[in-house]
Amino acid sequence: MKVLQIVETAYRATTEEQDDTVIWISHAMRGASAELGVLLTGNAVNYVAGEQDGSGLMLGAWRQTQPPAPAQDLAALMRKDVPVYCVREDLAERGLMECKLLEGIVLMSRNQLSRLFAEYDLQRRW
Amino acid sequence: MRGYLLIESRDPFESTGAARTCELAIELRAAGHDVALFLVQNGVLAVRSGARRTELDKVLGTKIEVLADDFSLRERGIAPASLSGGVKAAPIDSVVERMAAGWNAIWH
Amino acid sequence: MATKHTLTFVLMDAPFESARTTTAFRLLHAALDRGYDVNVFAYEGAVALSFAKQAQHPNAVHGRDVAQEDHPLSKNWIAALMAHARTRGADLKWVNCGLCVDERGVGEAIEGARRGSPADCWKMAQQSTATLVIPTK
Repeated sequence: MKVLQIVETAYRATTEEQDDTVIWISHAMRGASAELGVLLTGNAVNYVAGEQDGSGLMLGAWRQTQPPAPAQDLAALMRKDVPVYCVREDLAERGLMECKLLEGIVLMSRNQLSRLFAEYDLQRRW
Repeated sequence: MRGYLLIESRDPFESTGAARTCELAIELRAAGHDVALFLVQNGVLAVRSGARRTELDKVLGTKIEVLADDFSLRERGIAPASLSGGVKAAPIDSVVERMAAGWNAIWH
Repeated sequence: MATKHTLTFVLMDAPFESARTTTAFRLLHAALDRGYDVNVFAYEGAVALSFAKQAQHPNAVHGRDVAQEDHPLSKNWIAALMAHARTRGADLKWVNCGLCVDERGVGEAIEGARRGSPADCWKMAQQSTATLVIPTK
């Protein structure tokens, strides 16, 4: 069974969890031999932007020692043969097409999504 | 007259609410209040240069101060040098400062 | 001498669900850092922020044990801010809405967080220079 994981909301609780929880669970599922793809839509496309840096949070004497790194986590998923798709129009409206993006992502237009969905048995929007 | 600090946390490309916040800011300013708009979390996605124009442009055309949370910008890989014209990167203290000055702070 | 202000924050989000929680705590830190007294009224899911039984865990996806993962826990954030307040000559009052606590079964809160009611929320706001409600979505 092939499952398409759809991520639409970026930075939902990434500081507290030190991960994007959907990217994380995708890693965990892949570790259990799941066949997956990840589709980034909406503001989740920002996860492929270069220079993201969520480090440095300090609250009183508490310091974050393991800040989230969503771009690196997506790169690691791709190394595990999980394709990562990104909606071109969502990148464009956020000014991201002019930026350095994560290598290896597959850009899709919105009008191609139905064909992408057809390649997967299930689609899960988180 | 009372100052209003409108805090916008939502991505304007996802939520029409962000546009309503901009409209409210303009109305309050037109009524004579001091107004500042503080963008935080995904609200800062509006200010990357090259982003599609949004209601925020209308706010930038007024005397409303538009600030973008520096941590949210960095978290999203938006360098201060690449902000849309008229938007200033600012620390979260900017919110506390205005609250202490008696401004009404409203979160969206 | 700088003016001593009291600011009140009303929170609604449960831990680990939203970026609003991190932003809220950054605001609390910023206010305490200036020596302001801070009131927090935790409402709905936010009453779990001070739950004493939160526990860290390892992160096998990243190959980190419990110590290495050093997972944030909001109860530790609250404790850190209470300590920080003392170093700045300020006070952090944390009040959980009692009925919200009951329905969620999170009655065991860390030291310093107390049970209250909406009347506390009203009283805090009346005694403050300003109040910010950070609503859940």
